[in-house]
Amino acid sequence: MTTQELHDFVLSNSENISSSIVTSYVDRDFPCFEVKKENILEVMKHFKESTELSFGFLTTCCAMHFPEQGDKEFGMVYHLHNMQANTRIRVKTFFPKSDLKISSLVSLWPSANWMERQEFDFFGVQFQGHPDLRRILNMDEMNYFPMRKEYPLEDAGRDDKQDKYFGR
Amino acid sequence: MSTTPIINPNDPEKDYSILNLGPTHPATHGIFQNVLTMDGEMIVKAEPTVGYIHRAFEKLAEHRPYAQITPITDRLNYCSSPINNMGWHMTVEKLINCEVPKRAQYLRVIIMELSRIADHIVCDTVIAVDSGAMTGFLYLFQWREKIYEIFEEICGARLTTNIGRIGGMDKDFNEKAWNKLTAFLKEFPKALKEFDALVTRNRIFVDRTVNCGPITAERALAYGFTGSNLRAAGVDYDVRVAAPYSSYEDFEFTVPVGTTGDTYDRYAVRMAEMWESMSIIQQAIDKLPSGPIHADVPEFYLPAKELVYSSMEALIYHFKIVMGETDIPVGEVYHAVEGGNGELGFYLVSDGGRTPYRLHFRRPCFIYYQAYPEMISGGMLSDAILTMSSMNVIAGELDA
Repeated sequence: MTTQELHDFVLSNSENISSSIVTSYVDRDFPCFEVKKENILEVMKHFKESTELSFGFLTTCCAMHFPEQGDKEFGMVYHLHNMQANTRIRVKTFFPKSDLKISSLVSLWPSANWMERQEFDFFGVQFQGHPDLRRILNMDEMNYFPMRKEYPLEDAGRDDKQDKYFGR
Repeated sequence: MSTTPIINPNDPEKDYSILNLGPTHPATHGIFQNVLTMDGEMIVKAEPTVGYIHRAFEKLAEHRPYAQITPITDRLNYCSSPINNMGWHMTVEKLINCEVPKRAQYLRVIIMELSRIADHIVCDTVIAVDSGAMTGFLYLFQWREKIYEIFEEICGARLTTNIGRIGGMDKDFNEKAWNKLTAFLKEFPKALKEFDALVTRNRIFVDRTVNCGPITAERALAYGFTGSNLRAAGVDYDVRVAAPYSSYEDFEFTVPVGTTGDTYDRYAVRMAEMWESMSIIQQAIDKLPSGPIHADVPEFYLPAKELVYSSMEALIYHFKIVMGETDIPVGEVYHAVEGGNGELGFYLVSDGGRTPYRLHFRRPCFIYYQAYPEMISGGMLSDAILTMSSMNVIAGELDA
């Protein structure tokens, strides 16, 4: 099955959740589906439990930060894998900084527990329904979310390492 | 012994004791802390704490040119750094649509399988040590040293290798490397057989490891297990077969699987994989094609030093690569390799700048280590130590 065929196959078997899918496209070797944040749990449940699709393995999930994108400032990206058919898809969802709440997927995959804690730790995404939403890699006393783009890697006072000197 | 404890950790009738296992404990190979609630010698509840050696690799990667991210990947699973390096090179090659010549792919396969053997030597001998079999460890561990000597001949480094380049290999193997590799292929099977004879059917070892920290295939999949640990539970998922990279489709090998997912199966799967890796290395040497060792991508592959001093074009490319001024396509890719302990994935988002916009590492042991409390509760403390070493949890990868 080519990536395009897989994309069409997933779409044709997702009619009951088609109103939740904002857009879909093929990006290199991955069919990508952008879905509405409010319905993420329902969409993922369908992808996981529908007998035709059965993407039963959550490969990874990660948060993203695009400060210039307004209503799509933050995003979550999920990679799902159907091990029997050996097919993979990518599911994305975007939301503004004013509304960082998103449903947790721990009820579907126990493995999402630490993955979501990590994204909470670094981006401050609030996973609703997560059993234990605490920081995981950073210390508990930390009061900011270090992977957001506004936090510089090094001392912001340094002037010898500005991006303009490196062609960015 | 069972994974479903019949005990209630909050039982007011019971007087449980708290045991702090770690963060620095000689029996936990690395910096792991587990706060254990104990009923005598039985574990009622475990609470792992991770992050002791967190080094912000994902943030660092957003501030480094692509070639400078390879040394970061060294420090993820430092028992098999070359696999991480190759995984990263292949991710960038996927982004820039670069086809690496066959010879470089085969050389990469040889390096990756050598480092898989090194990784599995660490894990399997440590299982033996934790169950009391020091001798086997002493016999086999020196062969990890021999593998590092081969790496040293190939790239000059031993543990954190930074081996290969984006677009191919930095240089071909030299005469000494081939000699050491040939000697290794000849001698290592004897040592592995000796270790096998000492440990695998050893009555004490079998008694200690069978049914110690088991996990079913369903739970393993739900917890995101990959690699040898998932195969020990009976799922034949191997990235080298499911999504072949670097010409793995050219080689014949079997994927060993276990049945019960206990410590003995994890040990046995790794033993079998070492034999498969030996066979893959031999096949790669036999079929090794001649030809160039890197793709023709001058914007990404550093030119030879003599050319930098003599040719204008090479100097320009050298400068552009070192200063990170080459144009990278905009886009996002996910690439996974079969690392020493599971599917090591790189999710790379590029906005065309000199550094990745976002780089996410799928670190296999970070994901499967969350099953550890479930696997050890209801068992003995000494089984918890064995379970941890058999899961091949590497602190560098766990904490990124």
